[in-house]
Amino acid sequence: MQFWVIQTLNSLALGGLLFMLSSGFALIFGLMRIANLTHGSLFMIGAYIAASVLKGGYSLIVAALVAMALVGLIGAIIERFILRSLSGNSQGQVLATLGLSFIAADACLMIWGGDPIPINAPEMLRAPMQMFGFMFPTYRLVVLVISMISAVLLYLLMEKTRLGAMIRAGVDDMQMARAVGIPASQLFTIVFALGALLAGLGGTVGGPMLNAYPGLDADMLPLALIVVILGGVGSLIGTFVASFIIGFIYTFGIALVPDLAYVILFLPMVLVIAFRPSGLFGTIRA
Amino acid sequence: MTLDRRSFIQGSAAAGLGLAVPSLFAQNNEPVRVGLLTVKTGPLASGGIDMELGLKQWLAENGNMLAGRKVELTVADTGGVPANTKTKISELNERNKVHVIMGPLAAFEALAVDDYIRDNKIPTLSVAAAEDMTQRKANPWFVRATSTSSQSAHPMADYCANIKKYKRMVVVADDIAYGHEMCAGFQRVFEENGGKIVQRLFAPLTVPDYGSYLAQLKTNADAVFLGFAGSNGFRFIRQMNEYGLKGKIAIVGGMTALDEAVLKNMGDEALGIETACWYSAELNNPINNKFAPAFRKAQGYDPGFYAAATYTNAAVLDAALKSINGNASNKEGLMAALKKTNVPTARGPVTFDSYGNVVGDVYIRKVERKDGRLVNVVTKTYTNVSQFWKYDPKAFLANPVYSKDWPPARNLE
Amino acid sequence: MIKNSLLYIVLIAILVILPLFFGEYYVNLGSQIMVAAVFAASLNLLVGYGGLTSLGHATYLGVAAYTSAWLFQNYGMSHEYTALIALLFTTLVGAIFGWISLRASGLSFLMLTLALSQIIWGIGYRWVGLTNGDNGISGLTRPMPFGINLENSNNFYWFCLVITIICLFFIARFVNSPFGSSLKGTRDQEKRMSALGYNVWMIRWITFVIASFFGAVSGLMYIYLNKYIHPSVISITSSAEALLCVIAGGAGTLAGPILGSILIVLLKNYVSGFVERWNMLLGIIFVFIVIFMPAGMAPGFTQLKNRLFGGKKL
Repeated sequence: MQFWVIQTLNSLALGGLLFMLSSGFALIFGLMRIANLTHGSLFMIGAYIAASVLKGGYSLIVAALVAMALVGLIGAIIERFILRSLSGNSQGQVLATLGLSFIAADACLMIWGGDPIPINAPEMLRAPMQMFGFMFPTYRLVVLVISMISAVLLYLLMEKTRLGAMIRAGVDDMQMARAVGIPASQLFTIVFALGALLAGLGGTVGGPMLNAYPGLDADMLPLALIVVILGGVGSLIGTFVASFIIGFIYTFGIALVPDLAYVILFLPMVLVIAFRPSGLFGTIRA
Repeated sequence: MTLDRRSFIQGSAAAGLGLAVPSLFAQNNEPVRVGLLTVKTGPLASGGIDMELGLKQWLAENGNMLAGRKVELTVADTGGVPANTKTKISELNERNKVHVIMGPLAAFEALAVDDYIRDNKIPTLSVAAAEDMTQRKANPWFVRATSTSSQSAHPMADYCANIKKYKRMVVVADDIAYGHEMCAGFQRVFEENGGKIVQRLFAPLTVPDYGSYLAQLKTNADAVFLGFAGSNGFRFIRQMNEYGLKGKIAIVGGMTALDEAVLKNMGDEALGIETACWYSAELNNPINNKFAPAFRKAQGYDPGFYAAATYTNAAVLDAALKSINGNASNKEGLMAALKKTNVPTARGPVTFDSYGNVVGDVYIRKVERKDGRLVNVVTKTYTNVSQFWKYDPKAFLANPVYSKDWPPARNLE
Repeated sequence: MIKNSLLYIVLIAILVILPLFFGEYYVNLGSQIMVAAVFAASLNLLVGYGGLTSLGHATYLGVAAYTSAWLFQNYGMSHEYTALIALLFTTLVGAIFGWISLRASGLSFLMLTLALSQIIWGIGYRWVGLTNGDNGISGLTRPMPFGINLENSNNFYWFCLVITIICLFFIARFVNSPFGSSLKGTRDQEKRMSALGYNVWMIRWITFVIASFFGAVSGLMYIYLNKYIHPSVISITSSAEALLCVIAGGAGTLAGPILGSILIVLLKNYVSGFVERWNMLLGIIFVFIVIFMPAGMAPGFTQLKNRLFGGKKL
């Protein structure tokens, strides 16, 4: 019984974290048709920046803000100076982000060294929570709450603001959006920076669970890919639902069928694609 | 095996040299060419960089000389990818014409170049722990002055069963051969001393989150043994803390679970954890009293497993070369001399068994805070530990190699 | 045409006698380049001629190498049989994965191939009973075709050269055939090809299967060269490097994958001896080529050749 409850909570926390990781990826993919393979790197850089800020004696909230700002800036720079020169060549853009991920991994190794760096949760959240006779990390519940808040904020941004309307129009039909005067160039930079910023937030918020270590990028990127493919291109709700599906499959799969943990992680995505190529909630075929 | 013309000529030329002019060549001053096969890029880089630092420190302290000869060191970065390891070792052998190789770092790298080392007869001082390379498939060109996977786990199991009096334990490790071998060795000795392994958890090497494993952990056991490598022990212990498991269940670890490299970034959660290893930066012997403080001064952190490995290897190589007048080209002579080594090093005295694996001390260490940093204080020493523990080598080798399946886990609940 | 044939013959003759002038290390580097070239050329069928960017092609190299190693280890099968079964089985895997991946195109295709290769990678790493996990499979041998000892590095080089030439010959025949033309048609004018009555899906699927077959050939060369296999060969990095070989050399050209393989293999194995941060250099070159030389090196060399030898096309 305890096993099932704790694993369920674990799945929810991981799902929340995956949503923060994947929502940025989904936004960028949906609008710009770029499979941003630096997304794992951006997540890792976010975690490292957070670790450095915490070392300076600041709180996790400050760390999150700094990480979001800096990673968002890195995203904007990548879009402006590298992806921009490849506009219209989506495969070239994917390859460029792949090359950038090599550079980012090596740069992090240079700056932060090869040893893992701890990221501490705020003092008051460090003690585990007592529930029905067993313990669960308080911080993981906070991660779940933060992910819910960011999901709501993202939803409001997309549905209630002018920027969101422009993004939605762009996702539906970029050419049409351009024709009605939406400034695609600025929109792309903003969305890419926003996506990167979300990855930076994910890295910081996930930091106390995962810590910062070389290889974190490669551990996270495939998860983002699965979530986005499963959820469907350009669908924020799809990403949300898929994040939790993957959270559950991952957590229970590893415990129940350890030898095939990776297989059952990727299998649902393959099945969905085989029978519904646009993903669970996707509407368009990329 | 068929003999082709080229290798025949090479072989006879080498034999001719060896027979005719050994004394002459022994007097010349050809430098000793050493190849360090290490990892400086990718996720394994931390240990690999320390390997280079440890070796370079030894060379700097000794005037860049081994057995009175100048040393030409070539450092090759394999990136921790076996195919690259193979290319790099052939580069060291064929292009740099090294006399001896130190490394590689990871077990799978060592396995990838096993054949090559045999075929090309390269004296190799390995750091990787893969058991069978000095056991059932012993490579005659291979010595290991560090430890097999289970060499430090056997004494830890003895310590847990007979001194800590633990009865029921859980083992957790990376789901790779290194983790399997370490846990199997631990289980065998622990269960033969009256304990029971009630649960085994093997997590993938690249799992970002251990939450799912922690939920399964049997907290009604006396202690948990951690067989992690790299940063995984660090992450697991931090997450145990998160789940409020610290204090509920005692933690002990294998030789890489709480390495100095990991410890430097940990906090109070590590205090009191006991691990077994063939080295500790806190070790009190004349050589280490010089090595560890100097390393700390230069690098700003304590030397751990990997730095100590190459520092020890260099001392072993130096002693072996001295006994053959520094004639590094005499491969057979060097291998024989290496296996006959009996030399004090930073880890304590080092001798080898006939399979090329070290017989040396293993230490039980406890994490304490000293001068504001966390250190592995040595609390107990098991002297002259062999890779076969207290078993007869022949009987030991008649069993299958340690794995998930052997010895069978009969007491799982 | 005669001039071109002459050029090829001279080129091949040079490649044949090359090992006689170089040490073993360089000869092995040559063999390694050829393995990478066949692998990249097989991927080029999809990327260059089909317009289908796959980021999971290491699957086919890996499956063939693992199958061969596994059969040898567990059943002691002779090399003729392991090779045959490995090729067949890998091609079958290609047929199934192709069927799944080609339900999408463009970026979704890329991500699907990536995901499928991750499944295979997961099996390689986690299913220890089958693949020996992280320890990989070692203790393998090279075959002895017609009693020639391939353990000798020169002999192995020539063996690779023969296989490489045969593979490239058939790949060239394939892309210059009418089927090859229709494949290029699906790349450039998908809708028009459909309208003309071509079965675009079928053309792509057949190409996918053929690409996985040649990928399997490179997998066999790989396992004979290294006599060891580890799950890292199926990793994303491995697929990405193959893609880099194709793009750097010139996608959709015959010479491209070869040039790209020379560049990448030398960079990884030779230059890394001098440049500490070679991984970063690899990334920088990747980005540089994608942005500034999108057509790759081969077109550049073709221009150079045209300038030197007149306007004949290679």
